[in-house]
Amino acid sequence: MERDDLIVNDSYSLNAHHSEEEGVKIRKNIWKVTLILTILTTVEVFMGVYFKRSETFTWSMIKWTFIVLTLVKAAYIVLVFMHLGDERSNLKKVVLAPYMLFIGYLLFIAISEGFGHLMSFSTFH
Amino acid sequence: MGGEASKAISKEELWGGGQSPFSVSYGKMMMWYFLVSDALTFGGLLTAYGFVRASSEDAWPIGEQVFRALPGLDGQYPLIYVALMTFILIVSSVTMVLAVEAGHRNDKSGVVRWMALTIIGGIFFLGSQAWEWSHFIHGSGGSFILAENVSVTSDDGQVFDLTKGDAVYMDHHFGHLAEPWLEGAPNVSLVDSDHGVKLVEIGEHSHEAELHALTLNKYVENESHVSGDQAMKLWNARSASFAFGANMHDNEYGIQQAYANFFFFITGFHGFHVFSGVVINIIIFIMAIQGVFERRKHYEMVEKVGLYWHFVDLVWVFVFTFFYLV
Repeated sequence: MERDDLIVNDSYSLNAHHSEEEGVKIRKNIWKVTLILTILTTVEVFMGVYFKRSETFTWSMIKWTFIVLTLVKAAYIVLVFMHLGDERSNLKKVVLAPYMLFIGYLLFIAISEGFGHLMSFSTFH
Repeated sequence: MGGEASKAISKEELWGGGQSPFSVSYGKMMMWYFLVSDALTFGGLLTAYGFVRASSEDAWPIGEQVFRALPGLDGQYPLIYVALMTFILIVSSVTMVLAVEAGHRNDKSGVVRWMALTIIGGIFFLGSQAWEWSHFIHGSGGSFILAENVSVTSDDGQVFDLTKGDAVYMDHHFGHLAEPWLEGAPNVSLVDSDHGVKLVEIGEHSHEAELHALTLNKYVENESHVSGDQAMKLWNARSASFAFGANMHDNEYGIQQAYANFFFFITGFHGFHVFSGVVINIIIFIMAIQGVFERRKHYEMVEKVGLYWHFVDLVWVFVFTFFYLV
């Protein structure tokens, strides 16, 4: 089994250098991600201005679209701009797993309890 | 021999045990750990916002109705200013990642140039946020609460049966004079004219504002305008409870004070992160100019502050969605 805790080549972060040619490729990728982030933000703003909120199914679908677009943007920022995509997979897991676990759980209980509170309020008042 | 590092790395760079399980330096990993904990703080704040909003029995203010002003311009531009702020922050994140890339090529002038642009972007964002706060605090006309039930017809013919406690909104010309008038300023007085009331300010900057129209549901759904004698009916049913802009005690945007409080706390906390980021970026920028990283033969410090800067951008992406869009 390959050992994960040893530095076997130049992959140590302080030695992370790259050549001029690799730089061209990396920069191209950066501009690509910039374009994607800009387009997604523009789409979000137009949707926010165009659709009026209401208690309809359409609006709740739009809300979920916002959330999905935001998560896509977040993924690009974390994996490409913050280079987490290039790190070892155990570092990736250490950073992402606790966050997803806690926030996912916290959001679930907070939002569902919030609605529950509202329901009991409107029932008993 | 298996289990031996093939490349010798000096003890100062490695952890105490002489190994580096994540193949990253100690500083970089601690930056990641800090960001995870900081992200949990912001996650907690936005979750609290979601909880209060989900459990609120009153209508919650809508982003595109509250944030629709542009500096120096009349008229309505929903979300354009916030979109511009978001774009500025994304662009400064891009210049940061370009600085990191230049660092990996040991290109000192590239690092300096891109760091400078990142700092400028950060300062622009801070300035925009200052304007946004100022606009939010000053408000756009103010509101008053009805003291009795009243039924009015809006300009487009809709009939509204309003009850005691509902909010009515003034336009910014009238609200601008109503605030000193309520505070008992001696140079502002209320005058009954042929078709309504007007507020008159005498003295050096003398001017007057007529009660042309009042607005219903301004921040919570599609607004309706009420003018003429119908507006007078609303004005005469006013209570002593007025709100102008927002502060820590009341706000014109919603019945809930929590809305203004969350705005101040979440965007303020984020703005403080941006401010710290700009300061840290300036320090690293100066170190880069002085050639500190050139002598070290690596620019990992730029990468570490870059992580923090991207994180600030990342938080804003979520604040933008959950505070302004949803």
